[in-house]
Amino acid sequence: MQIAEQVENDIIEGVLREDEQIPSTNELAAFYRINPATALKGVNRLVDDGIVAKRRGIGMFVTPGARARLIERRRADFAAEYLRPLIIEAEKLGIDIDELAALLRAERIQS
Amino acid sequence: MTSTVVRARGLTKRYGAFTAVEAVDLTLEENRIYGLLGRNGAGKTTIMQLLTGQLFPNAGELEVFGREPAEHADVLRRMCYIAEAQRYPDDFKPSHVFRSAPWFFEHWDAAFAERLVEDFRLPVNRRIKKLSRGQLSAVGVIVGLASRAPLTFFDEPYLGLDAVARHIFYDRLLEDYAEHPRTVVLSTHLIDEVANLLEHVILIDQGRILFDRDAEELRGSATTIAGPRAAVEAFVADRPVIGREGLGGLASVTIDGRLDQAARVHAAELGLELAPVSLQQLIVHMTGTDLRADASEKEVAA
Repeated sequence: MQIAEQVENDIIEGVLREDEQIPSTNELAAFYRINPATALKGVNRLVDDGIVAKRRGIGMFVTPGARARLIERRRADFAAEYLRPLIIEAEKLGIDIDELAALLRAERIQS
Repeated sequence: MTSTVVRARGLTKRYGAFTAVEAVDLTLEENRIYGLLGRNGAGKTTIMQLLTGQLFPNAGELEVFGREPAEHADVLRRMCYIAEAQRYPDDFKPSHVFRSAPWFFEHWDAAFAERLVEDFRLPVNRRIKKLSRGQLSAVGVIVGLASRAPLTFFDEPYLGLDAVARHIFYDRLLEDYAEHPRTVVLSTHLIDEVANLLEHVILIDQGRILFDRDAEELRGSATTIAGPRAAVEAFVADRPVIGREGLGGLASVTIDGRLDQAARVHAAELGLELAPVSLQQLIVHMTGTDLRADASEKEVAA
């Protein structure tokens, strides 16, 4: 569901604010060049997750507290999605945890 | 509620000893975009010609808009079929094609056709036989879009169309479909280009339906696992394998099925790499027949 993820990213990054209207299904479909039914499924998933809510006759709006909930969920997945592969690759290369921590700090200064 | 536009049961078409379409069961629902995919000679065009009443089946039942399509004007009027090498009278100009189109298509939108002519930069007053292959394809694409037929077939519509023109086609199709929903059947070899446009995918091979599935379900429904051979083989041991490649001690195996979070973590711990399989790759695996059949037989034996 790329569409749901894209809208979630926009909310996390503050491009879409709470109580703000999200683009319509057809606008999303045209922009991302996907089937409108697929876009609708993505939006429905956001509704099921409580990230957006329908205001009858107007459209879909970002719910209050959506950003905090999304960040909380992404944080919960962070270790499995990013840290575990990083540690596995580091072990493969013989980089121990202290060296890895030093590399992370150095990389952060650069960026 | 959605209603059914096409219902085929046991649809069969033979040419002498050759069976082009064999016992095909097919349902097309209203206002969806379907991909009819498969290799050359798989039977895609034959199926579309049967559905549009251009061919008579040897066996099976077929209902389009509730009745047999052949010789039923009320059914044929609601369909538009754009062939791969659509032919027009040689002395026709594209302007003649567009002027006569409303005689056949009651929903024809002349203003939309004009916009498309500009988008495709089509010289409407040049004779058809002087058009390039791509320009000729543009004529067909414009007719297919502007006719807004409730059931529209595009059979490899874009021979010779460049990448820019193909993307204009995709964009206009999506935009217009959003405003004027209709049933569209798109047959093409450029699977990756259209994958995101499709709501439903029907894969044909050797005259039969290999699968008929929701496109969203198909996305990410197969995974390729790569790594040291022993680890890969152990990981896929009780999973349905659809493709297998190897190089020395390395193996790359494609399975049909999603991996849950636990399986992903397990794979990472074994040092295996996981890659999603695109619709195009999936279809190559499913229809790259003989090699694959041998491989799965060996698996059964082993």
